[in-house]
Amino acid sequence: MAETSAATTDHPDAHTGLGHVVPLWVLAAVFVALLVLTVLTVAVTLVDLGNLNLYVALAIAGLKAGLVVLYFMHLRYDRPFHLVVFLGCLGFVVLFIALVLTDTRAYAPTLLPDQAPQMKDVHTPFGTPRP
Amino acid sequence: MTDATNVAGHHDEGWHLAHHFETPAQQFESGKLGIWLFLTTEILLFSGLFCAYAVYRANHPEIFAYAHLYLSKSLGALNTVVLIFSSFTMAAAVRAAQLGQTRWQVRLLALTLVCGFAFLGVKSVEYQAKWKEGLLAGRAYQPAAPPHGAVVPEPPQRAESATGAAGGQPESAGGMKLDKSTIAPAAVGRPGLSEKWLQGKAAHPDGHWVGPEPNNVQLFFGIYFAMTGLHGVHVLAGMAAIAWVLVRARRGEFGPKYFSPVDFTGLYWHLVDLVWIFLFPLLYLIH
Repeated sequence: MAETSAATTDHPDAHTGLGHVVPLWVLAAVFVALLVLTVLTVAVTLVDLGNLNLYVALAIAGLKAGLVVLYFMHLRYDRPFHLVVFLGCLGFVVLFIALVLTDTRAYAPTLLPDQAPQMKDVHTPFGTPRP
Repeated sequence: MTDATNVAGHHDEGWHLAHHFETPAQQFESGKLGIWLFLTTEILLFSGLFCAYAVYRANHPEIFAYAHLYLSKSLGALNTVVLIFSSFTMAAAVRAAQLGQTRWQVRLLALTLVCGFAFLGVKSVEYQAKWKEGLLAGRAYQPAAPPHGAVVPEPPQRAESATGAAGGQPESAGGMKLDKSTIAPAAVGRPGLSEKWLQGKAAHPDGHWVGPEPNNVQLFFGIYFAMTGLHGVHVLAGMAAIAWVLVRARRGEFGPKYFSPVDFTGLYWHLVDLVWIFLFPLLYLIH
């Protein structure tokens, strides 16, 4: 256990090669950035941007998630393959939700008239406008 | 190859190296890949609920615009801050384990656990309020009053119609209330929910609700309780893992050569934080 004493010094380079030691100031900076973005996402709901409000909120959430994944979860310093695994998973999530949304946009107005008010401009599968 | 020779061969690596790994680095990387694969299955599990959310919100934006007013933005924001802080302390605890700072590691893990209790405490306050106000899923949705910030001309009549009062909502033989039909008579045209909603939005562009309560608001609370409930179960599981790691950390089991359980528990805890980062704006901050 000779290496242990050398590694107890509080220095990022003093680790044993297992994983990566993220400097404390980076963790603190990420924490502060997450707080600022939380305040921002609450503040932006007070501004009317129409449909953009949803996308702004999702963009801020995505930014926060990126900070957590890259720094708190070490993916920035990790093996690139872990990033591939993570992004591959997100790709399937996007595929899943996008295809289901495409489907519901296509069918909702014909199946349940007036139950899907956002869909009023969508036409039936054969091109005739919904009555 | 016998286990005995294998174990003897790696005896100098310490007790924490399992016999089927050659080096601590190989063991660590295998575990890390394993926990990442597990986290992807967790993301896919939650994506089913996010998909349900997306479909209902795309089809019925008025339900979400109305029902989210029942949620407390301040409590949601408080819980967001609590979880972000706990993610920070967890990441710092992993760092302390990597550097062999056992006392700091124990303190930071304990702080993370306290944050978990704080999150669940705030959540239970919210759930109790929803229970008292009759804001539950399905037939249990019996709101006592319209939400704060909504201008509803006629308060919800559900309590009245439950006793069978004439002129209220139709009721089936079994006593189950039926939803009002949203399909308008042909002569009247198509006064879908969207028109009411858009008129309300035009009159009050600050995002508040003006107009009658939309139909099927119980859908929002079904999604709300499913999503926050599954997330809450994950918070509980994360707290159990942190408590287990905390006990082992107090025994001094972790250090620069072996900290995988702390690291992997941390990754799980951060994922729980990630899910909440999306739940907060999607459920509480609808504009």
